[in-house]
Amino acid sequence: MADTTVAPAYGPTEWDEVEHMPTSTGLSNVKITMWAFLGSECLLFGSLISTYLLDRNKPDLIPGSGPKASTLFDIPFTSVSSFVLLMSSMTMVLAVSAIARGNQERTRLWLATTAALGATFIAGQVYEFTVFYREGLGYTTNISGSAFFTLTGFHGIHVTLGIVMLATLWYLSKAGHLTRENAESVEIVGLYWHFVDIVWVVIFTVVYLIP
Amino acid sequence: MNTEAVAASPEDVNTAGSPAEDHGSDHGYSDWGYIKIALFLALVTAIEVSTYFIDFGSIATPMLIVLMIVKFAFVVAVFMHLKFDNPMFTKLFMLGLLGAVAIFIPVLLTFEYF
Amino acid sequence: MAIVEEEPRLLELTAPETVVVPADRGTGVFARPAAQTGWRSWLFTVDHKKIGIMYGAVAMLWFFVGGVEALLVRTQLATPNGTVLSANLYNQLFTMHGITMVFLVIMPLTAAFMNFMVPLMIGARDVAFPRINALGLWLFVFGGVFLNISWLTSGAPDCGWFCYAPNSGLSFSPGNGVDYYSLGLLIAGIGSMVGSVNLITTILNMRAPGMNLMKMPIFVWMTLVVQFLLLFSLPVITIALVFLSLDRLFGANFFNVKAGADPLLWQHLFWIFGHPEVYILILPSFGIVSETLPVFSRKPLFGYPFVAFSGVAIGFMGFGVWAHHMFASGLGPVSVAAFSLTTMFIAVPTGVKILNWVGTMWGGNIRFTVPMMFSVSLVAMFTIGGLSGVMHAMAAADTQQTDSYFIVAHFHYVLFGGALMGLFGGMYYWWPKIFGHRLNERLGKWHFWLVLIGFNLTFGPMHILGLQGLPRRTYRYGPGLGFDFWNLVATIGAYIILVGMLVFAYNILRSRKTMPPAGADPWDGRTIEWSIPSPAPEHNFDYVPVVTQIDDFWHHKYQKNAEGELVQIARGDDIAQAGDQHPHLPSPSYWPLVLAAGFPLIGFGLIYNLALAFVGLGLILIAIYGWAMEPSTAPGGESHPVEDSPATDDGDGEAVDTSVEDAEDHSVAESISDPEEAPVG
Repeated sequence: MADTTVAPAYGPTEWDEVEHMPTSTGLSNVKITMWAFLGSECLLFGSLISTYLLDRNKPDLIPGSGPKASTLFDIPFTSVSSFVLLMSSMTMVLAVSAIARGNQERTRLWLATTAALGATFIAGQVYEFTVFYREGLGYTTNISGSAFFTLTGFHGIHVTLGIVMLATLWYLSKAGHLTRENAESVEIVGLYWHFVDIVWVVIFTVVYLIP
Repeated sequence: MNTEAVAASPEDVNTAGSPAEDHGSDHGYSDWGYIKIALFLALVTAIEVSTYFIDFGSIATPMLIVLMIVKFAFVVAVFMHLKFDNPMFTKLFMLGLLGAVAIFIPVLLTFEYF
Repeated sequence: MAIVEEEPRLLELTAPETVVVPADRGTGVFARPAAQTGWRSWLFTVDHKKIGIMYGAVAMLWFFVGGVEALLVRTQLATPNGTVLSANLYNQLFTMHGITMVFLVIMPLTAAFMNFMVPLMIGARDVAFPRINALGLWLFVFGGVFLNISWLTSGAPDCGWFCYAPNSGLSFSPGNGVDYYSLGLLIAGIGSMVGSVNLITTILNMRAPGMNLMKMPIFVWMTLVVQFLLLFSLPVITIALVFLSLDRLFGANFFNVKAGADPLLWQHLFWIFGHPEVYILILPSFGIVSETLPVFSRKPLFGYPFVAFSGVAIGFMGFGVWAHHMFASGLGPVSVAAFSLTTMFIAVPTGVKILNWVGTMWGGNIRFTVPMMFSVSLVAMFTIGGLSGVMHAMAAADTQQTDSYFIVAHFHYVLFGGALMGLFGGMYYWWPKIFGHRLNERLGKWHFWLVLIGFNLTFGPMHILGLQGLPRRTYRYGPGLGFDFWNLVATIGAYIILVGMLVFAYNILRSRKTMPPAGADPWDGRTIEWSIPSPAPEHNFDYVPVVTQIDDFWHHKYQKNAEGELVQIARGDDIAQAGDQHPHLPSPSYWPLVLAAGFPLIGFGLIYNLALAFVGLGLILIAIYGWAMEPSTAPGGESHPVEDSPATDDGDGEAVDTSVEDAEDHSVAESISDPEEAPVG
């Protein structure tokens, strides 16, 4: 082609003037990622819960190998810790609402409360595990023990990670790094936290309450 | 795979050159609204726990499952803002949630669990 | 959090002329890497193109390893009562051949194309989370190395690639091989997981203006489906592998039959992942073929929406057929009938695709270039493999064929004849866009014909062997049973494949020296990756492409004239972008590599000494905080065209990086106030 000055097929447009290119859906990248991740987590906990259901009443071929997890449940105690975790969801949503208004102090208050409630839940879980162990159900004792400790342990690790994130957010707010512009990070941690809570809603009903 | 929802959406962007606004902060309930929801959920939990003390007979299990779904739905819809937020988030999450249900119930069925 | 306040230490001292990005202090623990050439620029890169090339290069290394394993197996089986390998070594070899080819070759090769091509095809300057992209690569690399280190210990895994319980338990597999299997796959799996959320977000959110989902190239569509499959199947295998590891390392009872466990649970969990996995392997090749066939037939893809939606349908149905791998395990008649039906149904969307490809070629002005030949061979070979697949859908037939060589023939026809042929086609097709020059066509044709003939000689006879009753995974067979001839033919075929692959390797080396620069648009391409120079410049697009229709670039070259005839109005090379703009891009980072390096440490720690696991965990924690405190883009650029706000980098919701907004401003001020910092870090 002799013509030396052919315009490129995709030349400059007004899009190149845009400071921050909007996303195709108008939604935030990290929020899409979080929701996709939570969708994936559903299958993770689905596998764990199904395995527990399958294994909880398996007849044991080794005689005298310890009690089944379900015979050791202390429903009043677990109800209280479930209630604590449920309330932490409320304080989390209040933290998100506070940061959206730009109220740093209120945000920190609710973040700290949420983390404290989460820590209470974890402490309750540690206590529960200790009691089970004393009553003769260790991790390797029988199949219902393995399945129960793995399921609740996985959930506990998730809560613990959430507490670490909340503490980090609290620190960032204290240090003045949590501005209104990146208030989204509180919302994202909130999504994670609520998810951990609803997983417990399912575990509490399916594992503990349904006979 | 949430095709219909997304197919329509990118075109909206063409009209506006502004960066994406922060969603989810400017709508939703008031703080008091959230507290009311939480109190309601606490009540539901109390009913759930009561099955341990009171014998509901054969309706206990279905009742517990319904109450669980109610709690789950309220937290997801209100606390996690899915009710107010873009439907794409709902679709992403539901894909995983319903997928898990649709896969693991057959797994339990093949083991003749029910 | 005290680490953040620490005085930054400068790790990198590179030649000054390679440094463009000023050092960034105050926000990260260390100064960030800035090398633009040399090995450092590869090790710490977050550029999706370099990451894609590394995925491909590492996958080709594993392809060599997996190929050698296959040749050893075939050599052992060439004659009756083979004496090349012991039974034990044979078990390790076929196991590692399978694992290597599935997890370390085909998956990363598809990841290579997805990483390299998807941003180019949707008109983006990078993926949504460039550092997470790098993390995915390094986890795959470390996972693969970790798996293969097992050869140096008490032996590689020897339980087959699906490693059924209780065969994988301590009593039947006392060595550490299975531990390496479960932990290695966990590491690689985490890599695929972070990669999948990243690509999903990229495709949903970073398309060029005007490119709605129904204007995306089919390869992008298939990538989206594959990433959703990964997203929802990986957690299941993760849990299965965690159970296996806990059983073996900590004495849990998940697959302990004595404690009442049902080993069938492993089969369910494995195949809930494993069946979507086969679509994870094949759909990217379907996508590649859907790009090459229209280009080389000079016709638009026949029935674009059907191809796209049949891919989505395959994705959905792929989750509903897993138990057809377990027909012989005593599932019960109802389950077998149900899964038999769903399996037959899944052939329908696949058939739709085959029909559309044939329709695309029908009446087209076909150019038989090497990528076209590979693509056509995919259509043919996959059809053969697909037909034997439908045979397995019938439970009665499957019960006869399962665990025989017929199965081996079937999955090699779909994975080698299907997935790998498509990937080779993709290599020849996109090589100019990746490296700036084409591969030699004549050598490419030798490569193609040798591989095609060798492949059919190797795996065709296995159909016969299987129906004659040769079980798979037997390390030798007696003479005079009717297995001798076809086994010898298969082995000869395997060596012909080897020759073909050597030709390919020679082609790569030779083309690098002898092939002229390809120009932006060597194939008269249809999609927008051909509208930028070859090789693709670091920032991909000078200007944001605005897309109006499917095959948008082609419509810039061909339009209707006054008489309504389609005429060429421009050549692709002439209207391509010049690649001379310099938008500001995400900066390299150490943290993905450091973070990934923590995982194999945890793996070794779990096997040998828990203290090491804590070291790995500590490394991961440090890396997460270092990562979070570092803005994804070093300050110093005037614009920031990639939509990747600093707070958005953490896949699992760790929003610890919220300090960056402030910190970034802060560091801009700093780098201005002490300019002597600039050339160092």
